[in-house]
Amino acid sequence: MSSLSRRQFLSVGAAAGAGLVIGFYLPHGSHEAKDVFAPNAYLKIATDGQITVVVARSEMGQGVRTSLPMILAEELEADWQQIAIEQAGASTLYGDQTTGGSASVRTTWDPMRRAGAAAREMLISAAALQWGVPRSSCKAQNSAIIHSDSNRRLTYGQLASKAAGLPIPTDPPLKQAKDYQIVGKPIPRLDVPAKVDGKAEYGIDFRLAGMKYAVLARCPVVGGKVANFDDKDAKKIAGVSYVGKVGDSAIAVVADSVWGAMEGRRVLNIQWDEGPNASLNSAAIYDSLKKAAAGKAAILYSVGDVSKVQGRRIDATYQLPFMAHAPMEPGNCAAQFRGSSCELWAPTQVPQDVRDSVAQALAISADEVKVNVTLMGGGFGRRLEHDYGVEAALVSKAVNTPVKVIWTREDDMRNSTYRPASYHHLSAVLDGAGWPVAFSHRIVSPSISGQKGTPGDGGIDPDLKDEAGLVYSMPNVLLEYVDLQTPVPLGWMRSVYALQAGFASESFIDELANAARKDPLDYRLHLLAKDEDIRYFDTIWRTSRMRGVLQLAADKAGWGKPLRTGHYHGIACFACFSSYVAEVVEISMDNNQPRVHRVVAAIDCGQVVNPNILEQQIQGGVVYALTNAMRAQITIDKGRVVQGNFDDYAPVRMNEAPVVEAYVVPSSEAPTGAGEPPVPPLAPALCNAMYVATKKRIRSLPLLT
Amino acid sequence: MAEITLRVNSSEHKVSVAPDTPLLWVLRDTLALTGTKFGCGAGLCGACTVHLDGAAIRSCSMPVSQASGKNITTIEGLSANALHALQQAWIAEQVPQCGYCQTGQIMAAAALLAKSPHPSDDQITQAMNGNLCRCGTYDRIRRAIHRAAGGSQ
Repeated sequence: MSSLSRRQFLSVGAAAGAGLVIGFYLPHGSHEAKDVFAPNAYLKIATDGQITVVVARSEMGQGVRTSLPMILAEELEADWQQIAIEQAGASTLYGDQTTGGSASVRTTWDPMRRAGAAAREMLISAAALQWGVPRSSCKAQNSAIIHSDSNRRLTYGQLASKAAGLPIPTDPPLKQAKDYQIVGKPIPRLDVPAKVDGKAEYGIDFRLAGMKYAVLARCPVVGGKVANFDDKDAKKIAGVSYVGKVGDSAIAVVADSVWGAMEGRRVLNIQWDEGPNASLNSAAIYDSLKKAAAGKAAILYSVGDVSKVQGRRIDATYQLPFMAHAPMEPGNCAAQFRGSSCELWAPTQVPQDVRDSVAQALAISADEVKVNVTLMGGGFGRRLEHDYGVEAALVSKAVNTPVKVIWTREDDMRNSTYRPASYHHLSAVLDGAGWPVAFSHRIVSPSISGQKGTPGDGGIDPDLKDEAGLVYSMPNVLLEYVDLQTPVPLGWMRSVYALQAGFASESFIDELANAARKDPLDYRLHLLAKDEDIRYFDTIWRTSRMRGVLQLAADKAGWGKPLRTGHYHGIACFACFSSYVAEVVEISMDNNQPRVHRVVAAIDCGQVVNPNILEQQIQGGVVYALTNAMRAQITIDKGRVVQGNFDDYAPVRMNEAPVVEAYVVPSSEAPTGAGEPPVPPLAPALCNAMYVATKKRIRSLPLLT
Repeated sequence: MAEITLRVNSSEHKVSVAPDTPLLWVLRDTLALTGTKFGCGAGLCGACTVHLDGAAIRSCSMPVSQASGKNITTIEGLSANALHALQQAWIAEQVPQCGYCQTGQIMAAAALLAKSPHPSDDQITQAMNGNLCRCGTYDRIRRAIHRAAGGSQ
């Protein structure tokens, strides 16, 4: 963003006269000198006292439309009842607006606090000037400035215009955690009332006058194209107004109604050119992953020298499948092409990427693309892709009418991007007492970023830096990565590589504990006993914090205490997205299948912003992870995704959902990730419990096929 | 195309649609009642749950012609004035995350409570098992139903 536009923005805010508009800008990070004016927050206080906080992340269920305003409101000393939110669309004002990587709170924590604090200081100054008293005698409280010496009070609304003319402090004082009134409280979510009466408007609900609906027939084979099509029958369907190619590999059917478009597509006659992947299948992919494990690897982390350690060696291999995000709201996007510009209403985690991709697809300037962000019926990473937006823009251009593209569930299952399949080779050497003196883990998995054209330094997918560390203190450790490309489209799915890395390493640690005839909790605690900082790329992992979550989960679950007959415990812990989570899973076995009764989770994610939302994230993460462990599997046959709907890709339902108890290790550290860290420990904890029950080690997922 | 009369939330509507159009799309596209959601189109997820003469049905799998002459209730018409006890309980228990499935969940729960005012855990599981939630709110849904029912008997 240029300094000119920044100034224009500020002057418009002040000149509008409607109140105080603060765009508060801080360097996004000292290393990013080229973008030092990247703004970090946005706040409007109207003269009637209404406080509007702009949320520059996307709401997909994780609560950002409540948690982010809480951070700002805390420093502002705002009356929470006066807070309203405004959803930012794609903008140049807010830096990177990507919603992902469990990063919304951790990346906005500091700028939101500073934005609130700066406004508070300006309001104090405005009141002090008005009363002619020293600033130090004024205090901000509950959306008002108070001068207790003279028993005077001015509300933020009353002060808004005056405050708007004051300079913005660059380094406002921040509150101490002990003084928090809003942060740390289980404040009800602002978005909940509209989500129980049908008024919440998701992308799929958005409607424009004269809007038509489109569904697309996409080539079922990865990388295939349209050879020929006959639209005679499709055009006979009532309401169908257009049938035409979108790019090389899809055909859009446009109609007056969703159903008309679906019916038109049903009778569309298409010959596909299946291309080079027509014989691709899962067995061959697994085979190639396994073979690649013997090839050249990139080093993720190395300490000591695992090759020189002698002793009792234990090896194991693990395997995980492709998985689909399957959010409840299928893909969709509305677009209105207007000659040289385009406006979109997109349920997206990446409004700026949608803007840029649409601009590219339409060959217009990104400035001419406006992206509005709607509510999302789940995301889980699926809406980090830009496909819905690009399709909607292209179809709207083709028919010169506002259009909403809607994906069916089968479209979402079969033409998606998938969590990459992976293969893991683990090896350890135990000393005479059974403790591991060498530990190595080689992850073989296609690189998501690599497939998207940004492979990262040394061929290491950048996501691995947040998601594949090991927090145990051992003298010789080697973590490696082998990228094996696949034509299967890849995407970032909740917890990304941490799911695979966590399943393999936490199952294997359990194998080692069993081989050493030691209790799996004691075994882990022993490896965490020494306070140590483990640097893994940009994260400093602390053994003490992992120890904290492990002990808390174990205590709350009653680890080691007798369970009901036929019930078994398993435990696992993992750290990712800068947070630590341990889970104890209680199961029984029924017909060789596990039944999960109770999951006790403990998290250390630094300062908690909203414990209610954090508990939701933990409960949700556990249930999502249980589906991943039990049944989530995308298989490829003849170049096609086999699964199509919630019958053959069957998420956990209420009858399988465990009671999830969430506990938090209190912390005054800055907040870290919450949405994804609860996912990885579940599958290994479950399989570790199954080992106790059956003495059979599960080394590949899903459990049920 | 056919002229079909529907009674939705106590109001009569004449719609002109293909008779095999699923009720879901008539509610959403023709009558703009978008609280009823599309999730799977195959009766597998329950996001499209509405009441037909008081019974919970999957509107994605019911041709609109079969709904004619019956009383259709959607989330928008669940409670005439104040919020239904279930909606209040959903807020009190802070059930929704993404919220997309929740209107269907509430409609399924409302049909349950109409039949069994104080359902047991098993009855709740049985009635709610057709409704998927990818955010994993099942535990809170159960608590909210118990709360709305004033406890189980």
